[in-house]
Amino acid sequence: MSFDFQARRRYIDRIMAALCAGAALLAFIPLASLLIYVTSQGLSRFDWAFFTHLPAPVGESGGGMGNAIIGTLTLVFLASLVGIPVGLFAGIYLAEYGKQGKFAWLVRFTADILSGVPSIVTGIVAYQLVVKNMGHFSAYAGGIALGFMMIPMVTRTTEELVKMIPLSIRESSLALGVPQWKTILQVVVATARNGILTGVLLSLARVAGETAPLLFTAFNNQYWAGSPNQPTASLTVQVFTYAISPFDDWHAQAWTGALVLLLIVLSINLTARLVFKNSSQMLR
Amino acid sequence: MTTMTEELKEPNSQAAPTHATPKPQVAAGQAAKSVAGRVKIDVQNYSAWFREKRALYDVSLTMAEKEVTAIIGPSGCGKSTLIRAFNRMHETVAGARSEGRILMEGKDILGPRVDPVEVRRRIGMVFQKPSPFPTMSIFDNVAAGLRLNGMRDRRVLEGKVEWALHKAALWEEVKDGLHKAGAALSGGQQQRLCIARALAVDLDVLLMDEPCSALDPISTAKIEELILELKQNYTIVIVTHNMQQAARVSQRTAFMLNGKLIEYDETGKMFTNPSNKLTEDYITGRFG
Repeated sequence: MSFDFQARRRYIDRIMAALCAGAALLAFIPLASLLIYVTSQGLSRFDWAFFTHLPAPVGESGGGMGNAIIGTLTLVFLASLVGIPVGLFAGIYLAEYGKQGKFAWLVRFTADILSGVPSIVTGIVAYQLVVKNMGHFSAYAGGIALGFMMIPMVTRTTEELVKMIPLSIRESSLALGVPQWKTILQVVVATARNGILTGVLLSLARVAGETAPLLFTAFNNQYWAGSPNQPTASLTVQVFTYAISPFDDWHAQAWTGALVLLLIVLSINLTARLVFKNSSQMLR
Repeated sequence: MTTMTEELKEPNSQAAPTHATPKPQVAAGQAAKSVAGRVKIDVQNYSAWFREKRALYDVSLTMAEKEVTAIIGPSGCGKSTLIRAFNRMHETVAGARSEGRILMEGKDILGPRVDPVEVRRRIGMVFQKPSPFPTMSIFDNVAAGLRLNGMRDRRVLEGKVEWALHKAALWEEVKDGLHKAGAALSGGQQQRLCIARALAVDLDVLLMDEPCSALDPISTAKIEELILELKQNYTIVIVTHNMQQAARVSQRTAFMLNGKLIEYDETGKMFTNPSNKLTEDYITGRFG
């Protein structure tokens, strides 16, 4: 009697293990196929010209996306100027002073809502606020739109990480006669430094891949943008433009653009992971 | 046994503090005043609350300068609350409040115009869990108190760090690796690092909240040796669970129970011939 029971249990156990492995594999397939497909399609135009040349005029072949790559980097940089300071200090406020109170609740609530807003809505709002007032498209507008998207991400990760710093560290610092604000900034936040950096990098990777907010703000540019005050090309918008065009050559370039974008995002993610590995959060 | 259960019943926290309970108690603080040495810490009717819950009931005692005073008692008796009052760490907890006076060399540190940050610069604390700052090296850890308060001169810092590490009996073990991470040391070394960190800021009084609870016996012995050496220059108050430790390092011991000071006397006398039955019961292990 008990012998049968054991055999049946082993049988079920093996089936379950197989199902789990199968599910894991299934989850892996979309990612793997994406990487393989983009790489295979994008390699054909992956050359030096791609990185350094401007887009060729319509109908002509050749050219590259040099301006779009620079544009994406510019936009991400501008976004971080908005997103990082606001997000960082909001996160620190919530973690240190925001245990209770209506205001803290409001900030958290707003951050959560903001992170759920569709990116195209953020783009339209930035259009209304910035582009309409400036009178033209610009990288500033695009940077602001992306910055709005960065704020809730940085706020939440900063808050979580600062909260994780144990009470003993804070108390040790206070007991040394260090004032509260210095304790927060120079001891607690400094200890959470690597984790916060990881959160910032991850949010940068996220906004680097956004298209919709840029459609009405940075717009696009077939030339090198002379200053952030002009419409600026970006990899995402350029890939979009080329992909819906009727030209094969542009399609091929769109694939390459997608590949470069993927590489940028992957490298930021990898850096973030390496930074976190070395952080004190891991030294427990 | 009936008297003991009566005594141990949680007093009604709404009631006014009753001193009417007849306890054969040595008048708290009296013994200290007759001891050689000036009075360093004078606690006068100090009470503390965490929101509605009362943690300390009118504690009064005095501690002499350059002596080690131990505070013993079972878990939850209020010893940590009391010691944390001395460097105004009690108020860092949300909902905490207190009444009474605590005089350090005659000045009330709980006074309305007294800056807690200034108090903490003269009265340092070492906690139960050794907590070196994780992102800092050994040197940076010891220098932290000085640096964070504005000292920049490299040579002065180096001098103070070396002095503090000597004082904490850690110099020999770390002198060749001051740039290494503070968190990479052993538990006992980390605790001595925390002691060095506290000493570096020029203290008068060192408070120690169960400093050896998390350490092995050898590290504990080293730190107890350190305490006996440090008392030549500092006034030390140590909270401990370990009665034998109190007997080893302190000159005077205070026994607390349920937020009240039960007995306070010279260590030798306390452990051999206590005046209060509760003290005797605790020391002989009848409860605790």
